Amino acid sequence: MSEENKINKFENPLYAKREVTGPDGEVFTVDPIKDYFSDARPKVHEPNSIPVIENFLNWARSESLWVLGFGTGCGSIEIPPLITPRFDAFRFGVQMRPTPRQSNVFIISGYLSIKTLKRAIRSYEQMQNPKYVLALGSCTINGGMYFDSYNTINRLDQYMPVDVYIAGCMPRPEALLAGFNKLKEFIKAGKGEKANDYARNFDWYKANQKKIIKDWNMPDYNW
Amino acid sequence: MENLIEKLKNIFEIKDAVIQRPDLCFATAKKEQTISLITHLRDYEGFSHFVLLSVVDWIEDKQFQLTYFLNNPTQKYDVAIRCIIDREEATMTSAHHLWKQIATYQRELKEMYGIEFPGSPRLNESFILEGWDNIPPMRRDFDTKKYAEETFFPRERPATNDPAEYMKSKLYPDE
Repeated sequence: MSEENKINKFENPLYAKREVTGPDGEVFTVDPIKDYFSDARPKVHEPNSIPVIENFLNWARSESLWVLGFGTGCGSIEIPPLITPRFDAFRFGVQMRPTPRQSNVFIISGYLSIKTLKRAIRSYEQMQNPKYVLALGSCTINGGMYFDSYNTINRLDQYMPVDVYIAGCMPRPEALLAGFNKLKEFIKAGKGEKANDYARNFDWYKANQKKIIKDWNMPDYNW
Repeated sequence: MENLIEKLKNIFEIKDAVIQRPDLCFATAKKEQTISLITHLRDYEGFSHFVLLSVVDWIEDKQFQLTYFLNNPTQKYDVAIRCIIDREEATMTSAHHLWKQIATYQRELKEMYGIEFPGSPRLNESFILEGWDNIPPMRRDFDTKKYAEETFFPRERPATNDPAEYMKSKLYPDE
């Protein structure tokens, strides 16, 4: 067997911890996984102690839902009709953003394989607080038709906090709009605190995630 | 199609040649001759398009059956060459030098069935299963339901009724 076969593409030697000599001869250690990403634990953002201000903030939050354009599984095909003129989610103030840094709603649209879950967790952790998760379809609730699959998770809420479940296989865009309205109600009622739950139960979530993601070659938390 | 099989039989040892349709035939070749047979079909018989490489797990016979599916785009017919390999020491000669895409099929078979193709590029890179540490999941002795129940967190399912029995008890409670 050739040597080339044994190299894992994801264990890039560029990311390995190594010693680098600077231009003036100084030697220092570089650990890219540690240096490029922060693995500080997530912080709990307590609600404002003055109810009027907190209600106002919640109203403002509920009216600016920016969805991360991340499609997992078959549900991602429901997103294009949702944001285009036929169902036009923009009239509810829902719009798409391409990167996790600019969005605060994560739609898990269907089954999640373990490989995708790893990327989904990274994207979720990179999103700004306050952030919300919409779980679409029966696969995220109990595994759906993939309940006995070796490669897809059964329950999403064991790995990341879920605000609203939308049942169906697949839910129509109308159901998604109803889910968005439900999410708005929750946020206005001050129940959209799942990102804080994630910070509080961080160790439990991490233990569950690491149980199934065997090659954990990423920082523990990257904000 | 019959001409082709007769021609091949003169050169290679071919068993169980079946003409499934006028434009499709299956044939079983010896393990050592399979790659040279495919090379012959590609270079001399015009089978320039490689369709797929698949495997069947005959766990009762302790063997894997590899199927190389070739297509002749000018004559518009297909040939599938089968090849039986041992299940315990599943090793097959790599064919990635014939068509580049075979390397990807072989990578998938390595991951899903644990079949070795020595020399195939990027063979040991994970394809779908990152960090898999169990027996290859598509082998038939792998219990996928048991694995899913142990690894993931199954939600308790509501009790279900057999619809026929249930309606019978509802509609005709006395019988």
